[in-house]
Amino acid sequence: MAVSSHDQALVRLFAEGEAEILADWVSTLNLRETRMTPQEAESQGRAVLHALGKAVAQGNANDLRGAEYLEVREVLQGFSRSRALQGFSPTETATFVFSLKRSLFAQARKTAKGDEAFQLLWRVTELIDQLGLFTVETYQKTREELIARQGKEIEELSTPVVKLWDGIVALPLIGTLDSGRTQVVMQNLLETIVQTEAEIAIIDITGVPMVDTLTAQHLLKTVSAARLMGADCIISGIRPQIAQTIVQLGVDLNVVSKATLADALALALRRTGRVVSKLKVPSPSAPQEPPAEARG
Amino acid sequence: MDSIPILKIGSALLVTIQVDMHDQLATRLQDDLTEKIVQHRARGVLIDISALEIVDSFIGRMLANIANVSRLLDADTVVVGMRPEVAITLVELGLGLPGVKTALNAERGLALIGGVSAAGQAADDADDD
Repeated sequence: MAVSSHDQALVRLFAEGEAEILADWVSTLNLRETRMTPQEAESQGRAVLHALGKAVAQGNANDLRGAEYLEVREVLQGFSRSRALQGFSPTETATFVFSLKRSLFAQARKTAKGDEAFQLLWRVTELIDQLGLFTVETYQKTREELIARQGKEIEELSTPVVKLWDGIVALPLIGTLDSGRTQVVMQNLLETIVQTEAEIAIIDITGVPMVDTLTAQHLLKTVSAARLMGADCIISGIRPQIAQTIVQLGVDLNVVSKATLADALALALRRTGRVVSKLKVPSPSAPQEPPAEARG
Repeated sequence: MDSIPILKIGSALLVTIQVDMHDQLATRLQDDLTEKIVQHRARGVLIDISALEIVDSFIGRMLANIANVSRLLDADTVVVGMRPEVAITLVELGLGLPGVKTALNAERGLALIGGVSAAGQAADDADDD
């Protein structure tokens, strides 16, 4: 591709004025709302400007997707990504790129006159806009990745089945119960029942923020499925507010329920023929490890 | 026509479903079982479905029917070894089998219909701990 006269002007602009542009840009950056340290502005600015100058010199002044811009893209990607992960706003991130426009305009005014100057300004504007869009896009992509990852982590964290005792498992539910999560919860619970040969499953809903008819139905389904597998269910952790809601909704939660997980565990232990009692007098000669049942 | 064997152990009848149930087989089992309960004066029926992978509403209703018939003839029914997927399917079909006793495995199921569950279970646990 032959380098047009406008492009040549652009190439000259970068080649001759790099140091000047950088100095101006960095001073602008420090004034504006980018929340960058002077050192950071200096090093990032130098990297971008250098890569940009090289790309333009190779004859491509308008297509950011071209191979010439690989280095520019990499530098901007790294910058945008790290800003996104550190929690900067999109404006603060994009301002970094857009503030380059002013410095380039100032430099262009010195090197070109009349019609040529307008052409050059248009070129610069086009280029900077593309860079800005690219930066924002990368920023958004990084944020979305972050959100997707957190969502997955929450999902994994929120459906554990824990073994409380031989034959007793508990399912502490945290967060809203929708049909998708109920499916996962149900499957987890039933598989754990098979693995641990549990006879009693305690479903603790302390962490469920609200219970509507649908949630209640999901709970009942889980209880029903566990019963079919041969395990009894106890529902615990029903807060006063939620108890009132359930009654007002007219939902018939026809299962054994307890106010707290502790009560439910006590009931489960009793049902499996165990008692929890306090040690009478801890004699000094007794072994360090008291029998598990006797712990209060 | 093939049928599902029914074994008599003490006062209980043992049915192990090892093949895919089709409707005819289910009806046949229901008939056979009813006769055997009367013939052996059985007090309990244990149905092991640990090998059953696919259920439909018909099989679900059959299990409920067997339980109801047995109760009329004074025998307890316990279904044991249901797989998680099967349990989920039945619940989604609206078949919670309310009149049927369930247990995780055959051993516990036998304890349940033998009426020795409370004493036997406690003794087992004491040994464990």
